[in-house]
Amino acid sequence: MATRNIDTTNVVAGVLLLAIGAFFGLQTMGLEIGTSLRMGPGYFPMMLTILLLILGVAVLISAFKTKAGEPIGPIAWRGMLLILPAPVFFGLTVKGLGFVPALFFTALIAAGASIKMKPLTALILAVIVTIASTLIFSYGLGLPFRRFGPWLPQF
Amino acid sequence: MELLSNLALGFSVATSLENLMFCLIGALLGTLIGVLPGIGATATIAMLLPITFQLEPVSSLIMLAGIYYGAQYGGSTTAILLNLPGESSSAVTALDGYQMARKGRAGVALAVAALGSFFAGSVSTLLVAIFAPPLTAIALKFGSAEYFSLMVLGLVMSIVLAHGSIVKAMAMVVLGLLLGCVGTDIYTGAPRFTMGITNYADGLNFVALAVGVFGIAEILRNLEDEGGEREVMTKNVTNLMPTRKDFRDMVGPVLRGTGLGSLLGILPGGGAILASFASYTVEKKLSKHPEEFGKGAIAGVAGPESANNAGAQTSFIPLLTLGIPANPVMALMIGAMIIQGIVPGPNVVSEQPDLFWGIIASMWIGNLMLVVLNLPLIGLWVRLLTVPYYILFPIIMAMCSIGVYSVNSNVYDLYAVAFFGFLGYVMYKLRFEPAPLLLGFVLGPLLEENLRRAMILSRGDPTTFVTRPISLTLLLMSLAVLIVVFLPAIRKSRDEVFVESEG
Repeated sequence: MATRNIDTTNVVAGVLLLAIGAFFGLQTMGLEIGTSLRMGPGYFPMMLTILLLILGVAVLISAFKTKAGEPIGPIAWRGMLLILPAPVFFGLTVKGLGFVPALFFTALIAAGASIKMKPLTALILAVIVTIASTLIFSYGLGLPFRRFGPWLPQF
Repeated sequence: MELLSNLALGFSVATSLENLMFCLIGALLGTLIGVLPGIGATATIAMLLPITFQLEPVSSLIMLAGIYYGAQYGGSTTAILLNLPGESSSAVTALDGYQMARKGRAGVALAVAALGSFFAGSVSTLLVAIFAPPLTAIALKFGSAEYFSLMVLGLVMSIVLAHGSIVKAMAMVVLGLLLGCVGTDIYTGAPRFTMGITNYADGLNFVALAVGVFGIAEILRNLEDEGGEREVMTKNVTNLMPTRKDFRDMVGPVLRGTGLGSLLGILPGGGAILASFASYTVEKKLSKHPEEFGKGAIAGVAGPESANNAGAQTSFIPLLTLGIPANPVMALMIGAMIIQGIVPGPNVVSEQPDLFWGIIASMWIGNLMLVVLNLPLIGLWVRLLTVPYYILFPIIMAMCSIGVYSVNSNVYDLYAVAFFGFLGYVMYKLRFEPAPLLLGFVLGPLLEENLRRAMILSRGDPTTFVTRPISLTLLLMSLAVLIVVFLPAIRKSRDEVFVESEG
């Protein structure tokens, strides 16, 4: 049972830091480092990347020295599946469909993330959110959104 | 008296009908969103930020300040009634506030929180007015090396004040600094880490980062476990008036809390959060009945709430004088100022005195409004608490999407929100703190610019940071703070403070 005393959370955390460090490290390769007198665009990021990699190693080492921490607990899979795409959908459609339909679907998608939400409630909620936001943000505050976009048939 | 004429100028700006209205709307909206369970002040401000964009700079910052106080007040309300602190600073209030609510004294707890906060707010507003101008004069002597060292101190403080592992908090700061590098390099114009997407050439949008890491990650957390029912202490909020004995019991804690909070709030890196913890510990040590703490001691609500509010106020000092944010909320304020075309820093007080003093005056007015409005409105806020979460979060998601998009009308910001929401949730799962990340992100570009400028000025000689006295002092302070937290004894008591707050 050699794995008993490993804090899995910190193993994942350390590996994640190393991966992020590696990503930034690779990206920094293409940048000019410069000298300490005239620092290039890559100088500061390079220092930070090295620091991040060191910290990643430190977290990884600490995972093997401490006793197992709290478990990670339940993960909001359904939430991630529906909450995260909501703003992406809004971004993809706000120019094409326009503010009103894009927002309606965004609210509807997000509403699906809860197991407690019933379809009809979600629909009514999305309609209310859309009407209220259009009144407040578009008419009230005058934010420059196109309410209905070019993808829709124009009247 | 220059102070009086300055304050008079401030009040004349802040009490214009328009600004009073914006302050009121801000305080109301802030409370409204802040009351919603699980949403802290940072997420609230990030969400409501776009509403202020269309306003004049003064009105917009006054409204934001109103939102800030409102959100904090709303946070204490949920902490007391639901035992659900939206932010770590109100976690302390939840300890005794919730117990008071369970004993049927919810109304008194809310009133004590509001009155204590108002008193602390009044004192610390005056402190800001007195100390900000002389500090500005010092700040004007700062060169690049001093700014660099000061920011290092701020980042170190944010590491120390974060929960949990110090190494992990450091990693968050570094990651924040790296994310701050994304975009076009200021000196050479070379694109960095944009992965060829020109829409990120201006850097990542900080509103997107804040909304993602604080707002969306928060929603995901709340969706993890939908089965549990919360016990809402709404039945007994009728009797608001503290008794004579309650008043006697709260005077000392409020005074001490105000002093502690004012002092700690000035520290860069999130002193306001420490303030409520510190005040709780002090009150518990001084109390003749320490066993009452955690079981509904009035001092356990009055002290931390005053300290928290005083700290919140004085944390405007580093923002207004140096342009350096003390905590994530102040980081959002800086973003708002930049969007309004104001460069935060020592020049604000001389170049835009009406803005500077207007904000200070509106702090006090915002606090007054909270007491006058929110005590009678408590019934309404309480009813809001009974709205089920599954109704709330689609509304929040819609507001987040609109908010982020309205900053620059850049759809790539919305993709960034989704990404940072995911990152924030993963970080939470892996027990990383988000506050140092946001602070690193905001300070990153400033830190790099001052580092590079200082090195050019010193002709590539890195000793410039230790040969200039102010810079050396600041760096030594950072070093001392770091050494102190790594000492085993201090580390242990730091853990205890945080454990206590979670207990």
